[in-house]
Amino acid sequence: MSTLFTQARLIDPETGSETPGWLLVRDGVIAATGTGPAPDANETIDCAGHCLAPGIVDLGVKVCEPGERHKESFGSAGAAAAAGGVTTIVTRPDTAPVIDSPEVLEFVTRRGREASAVRIRPMATLTKGREGREMVEIGFLQDAGAVAFTDDARVVENTKVLSRAMTYARSLDALIVGHPQDPGLSAGAVATSGRFASLKGLPAVSPLAERMAFDRDMALVEMTGVKYHADQITTARALPALERAKANGHDVTAGISIHHLTLNELDVGDYRTFFKLRPPLRAEDDRVALVEAVASGLVDVVCSMHTPQDEESKRLPFEEAAAGAVGLQTLLPAALRLVHGGHIALPVLWRALSLNPARRLGLESGRLGTGAPADLVLFDPDAPFVLDRFTLLSKSRNTPFDGARLQGRVHGTWVGGHRVYGEEA
Amino acid sequence: MTFRARHLLGIEDLSPDDIRIILDLADQYADLNRRPRKHSDALAGMTQINMFFENSTRTQSSFELAGKRLGADVMNMAMQASSIKKGETLIDTALTLNAMRPDLLVVRHPHSGAVNLLAEKVTCAVLNAGDGRHEHPTQALLDALTIRRAKGRLHRLTVAICGDIAHSRVARSNILLLGKMENRVRLIGPPTLIPTGAADLGVEVCDDMAEGLKGADVVMMLRLQKERMDGGFIPSEREYYHRYGLDAAKLAHARDDAIVMHPGPMNRGVEIDGTLADDINRSVIQEQVEMGVAVRMAAMDLLARTLRAEREGGTYA
Repeated sequence: MSTLFTQARLIDPETGSETPGWLLVRDGVIAATGTGPAPDANETIDCAGHCLAPGIVDLGVKVCEPGERHKESFGSAGAAAAAGGVTTIVTRPDTAPVIDSPEVLEFVTRRGREASAVRIRPMATLTKGREGREMVEIGFLQDAGAVAFTDDARVVENTKVLSRAMTYARSLDALIVGHPQDPGLSAGAVATSGRFASLKGLPAVSPLAERMAFDRDMALVEMTGVKYHADQITTARALPALERAKANGHDVTAGISIHHLTLNELDVGDYRTFFKLRPPLRAEDDRVALVEAVASGLVDVVCSMHTPQDEESKRLPFEEAAAGAVGLQTLLPAALRLVHGGHIALPVLWRALSLNPARRLGLESGRLGTGAPADLVLFDPDAPFVLDRFTLLSKSRNTPFDGARLQGRVHGTWVGGHRVYGEEA
Repeated sequence: MTFRARHLLGIEDLSPDDIRIILDLADQYADLNRRPRKHSDALAGMTQINMFFENSTRTQSSFELAGKRLGADVMNMAMQASSIKKGETLIDTALTLNAMRPDLLVVRHPHSGAVNLLAEKVTCAVLNAGDGRHEHPTQALLDALTIRRAKGRLHRLTVAICGDIAHSRVARSNILLLGKMENRVRLIGPPTLIPTGAADLGVEVCDDMAEGLKGADVVMMLRLQKERMDGGFIPSEREYYHRYGLDAAKLAHARDDAIVMHPGPMNRGVEIDGTLADDINRSVIQEQVEMGVAVRMAAMDLLARTLRAEREGGTYA
């Protein structure tokens, strides 16, 4: 079985190139690419000059199974992902119950396989019950398919516990994902401190809470030698510390959500809870610095931090409302804002969206090279539209981009050579 | 010059003209309130509901009295004891009340922005009686009226706002109002109680009373909001009183004719010396309470006029 994509604009994050050409898929893997005369195949797809890129690997997605299927299931998350050009969802373990044992992880893996149109790669918690007291069975969980370990927004406060978990993880070459926010300073905060938060009377946290926690984690990385990924670096003042850690040869990477790259604290406006995120949206200077950091490669990964919340948990006063936004389906068009704004080249953006997260997690996907799985997205980067949140396929529609003018339409998504989204799906 | 506002949610939404209109009408009501027959029928036939999600005696009774003097039917809802405890959300409570067709809804809520949220969901006029640390517009207006009556003007004055600025919605509304009316505002307090970014609000910030009070026409003291603090903002009340409590010695740094204000309730001996608070030559604290009723009458009267105009225009369902 072979499929040939012709007339494509091939976006290759590995080489950083953008070339017109064809791509041949045979038996679920990329068999060849080229620019000259195309070979024969069972099926031919005319890309009509649109972009063909590796599918997005979205690191840090909350699928609310087990526990809150009314907010998001593997079925709905998979459908949203496919429609958004995301071919691998890396799930967060902050479900109810949390994913802290091989048994729960097996449930998640099975549900993901049954119900999701795209690949599911689960993360597990770092400590049992996400309580920050005792490390999980890192070895067993790894055998069961956990790609990384994180207590995400609940930061492990006890450095002795964390250093032991890191030391142990090091021996298994396991990746730890940290959430750099000082828990003391950020307790109760719903905004970034500054003029806006003061005027609106919102409890706020200094942007330095991020650097403090990141510095702490870097010291522990130096101590233990563990592989570390910061889920989100969102402030300019944390960037020198990240740069230093990388220069010192530590195995450290960092990510950022697309919302922090395209929105700032002022977007909260009149207490709009769909803009309540964790960490909170930052000042414009921070946003600009972070866009540069993604363009330069200092920040490695751009993700959606997809966090479904039902209407009820958002229809509350700002302080009481739940934090987080959905993003699986809007990640691609929102990220293209950076391209259209002239801040970043498309292949460079794609490193952060697919190649870097895949590499970080040891996945084969995220590239267009021969032998890579045929996880692909075909999209028109220019097609304009106004987002209506009720057209989203997620069960929860808490997107800050409701009513926003966006550009970029997905025409097709393939996972392992099978079409999961688009006309012939 | 007409007042067209639909709600009174914050000083932020008011223009200097809006403020003048409210204060001018409030002046008239202040006179009315000093007469034996303190009655008007500006709100006759209208229903006013006071929804207080936070305990309040002063503000609630002031609103209640204001409504009654204008002839409205006034209902007080003690929200702490009501359906909130049964799990009803703020929006549902608001919709339920709205279905009873009140004309004016007076709301106090412990969270910033909660009153704005509520105002989006109801068809009546909403008055913010204080939301979290955000705004308390009628307090700023009554302070403005008190200042205007005592000083003869509401511009080019130096106003020192002292104490717990960070937790104070009164301070935020006053900073906005005094700024809009072109006054010079100084915030004085320990740095832990000054909000970050305060210097960007168009005010001067000072952590020393003697220095900050220099040349002040108005000294506005704020209550130390112990209930909003999660600990550790000041070392002790006695050290706070020593450094920031207003007494005659500190007041001597202000202008000789400076007036002393306090939104109440006061912590005597914590932020203000008891004798000074009672000094009728300097303190206008009692007058603030009096003007509170007048300002609230004016604000409700004006919102009711908007409401009536809307209904006559046929836009009110």
